[in-house]
Amino acid sequence: MHEMSSSMVTRLINEMLEGNILSLARLVTLIESEDEATPRIMKSINAHLGKAYRIGITGPIGAGKSTLVERLTSLLRGQEKTVGIICVDPTSPFTGGAVLGDRIRMQKHDLDDGVYIRSMATRGSLGGLPKTIHGVIKLLDAFGKEMVLIETIGVGQTEVDIMQSSDLVIVVLVPEAGDSIQAMKAGLMEIGDIFVVNKADRPGAEDTLNNIKAILKLNAERSNYDIPVVATEAVNNKGIKELYGQIAMKRQLLINNGQFAERRRKQRQSEFIETVINRITSDVINRLTTDAILSRYKEDVENGKLDPFTAANEVYKSIALNGKP
Amino acid sequence: MSEKSKIRVLIAKPGLDGHDRGAKIIVLGLRDAGMETIYTGLRQTPEKIAQVAIQEDVDVIGLSCLSGAHKYLFPKVVELLKAKGKEDAMVIAGGIIPQNDISFLQEQGIARVFGPGTSIKEIADYIKQHIKKQ
Repeated sequence: MHEMSSSMVTRLINEMLEGNILSLARLVTLIESEDEATPRIMKSINAHLGKAYRIGITGPIGAGKSTLVERLTSLLRGQEKTVGIICVDPTSPFTGGAVLGDRIRMQKHDLDDGVYIRSMATRGSLGGLPKTIHGVIKLLDAFGKEMVLIETIGVGQTEVDIMQSSDLVIVVLVPEAGDSIQAMKAGLMEIGDIFVVNKADRPGAEDTLNNIKAILKLNAERSNYDIPVVATEAVNNKGIKELYGQIAMKRQLLINNGQFAERRRKQRQSEFIETVINRITSDVINRLTTDAILSRYKEDVENGKLDPFTAANEVYKSIALNGKP
Repeated sequence: MSEKSKIRVLIAKPGLDGHDRGAKIIVLGLRDAGMETIYTGLRQTPEKIAQVAIQEDVDVIGLSCLSGAHKYLFPKVVELLKAKGKEDAMVIAGGIIPQNDISFLQEQGIARVFGPGTSIKEIADYIKQHIKKQ
């Protein structure tokens, strides 16, 4: 399946754009493996991007995110919207493996061609999302999915990652969170456009709802915005319509106040800078090993003969003077 | 195999068999061997299994059946995969499979049958040695 020729990649892209799920899946694998065809794939699909509305769904383990995603998907399908879902689970730092266990809760949609579900592992990414997820989201967008739901656990630097890849963020909590919301990571409380208290039939739900609302008011910058807090019981299919209503309203609000466009602008800018940096970084690191003069500096630092700042300065001068990156 | 790619495995329970402790042990064991594993859950149809295998673009599909319906269900999965164009995945099997049925299953496209008592290591090694990925 690897060792792919250029013409095979072209064929995959064309087939994907025509709606072929197998080709889409294969392209996702190429992007996920950081295959060297990635830049070409990204260029080819660029003209087909922009229609998908991307919703990030995050929160602690056990909040019921997968079930919520499944219910939301049913609702969306009822409105004849096509849906792409990416479920993210952590890679074990010790074995490099992962159990991708989210889609089992969404199997109602397995045979619906209007829904594409893909499980991804974080694969050592420092944040909560694999670094290749942006490319995968774009593939789903180019494929024609109107809604893309990205489900992930809210740990590590997930907040930053989710902001980079969504148009709207939903934070899902459970009633047991209660008072500990006060202590909750600031990040999680700051990125939500909508908050959900799931499993709201459990004791403490009312308190948790009120706690969240109180904390949101404390944040001066955001207290001006109306940030909805919705109670749901995903398993019992309760509150889903209300949540969807809030999503639709928030979506329109963000479009009206210019935030939708502004977020996308910032995301594109971020992505561009990151891509440039990655390109330069991998080139420099490569040269530090292969270039005779530059690798001498590296050795001298490693042997303690030279301090890293002097060495870095010399390396920089050498690369900058030589011009080409 | 390049550093950046991983072996992706789907462990599936076709049919009405209600026991999945063994399948779950395989799921965890292969994770510990560095693979990304997806478990379908119980009571899957061959159609669902094929669809998930395609969406997830898995390298290996492990079919588990303890109820005796393997001679119908396993070849059905292979047939559906072929019909939908997904022929690059290795299909292996486990569960309660009588010795006499193994050659039939292999003729139908099951690469290997791993009976009760097989070690995770044996399965993981077999996968690593035989998948088509480079």
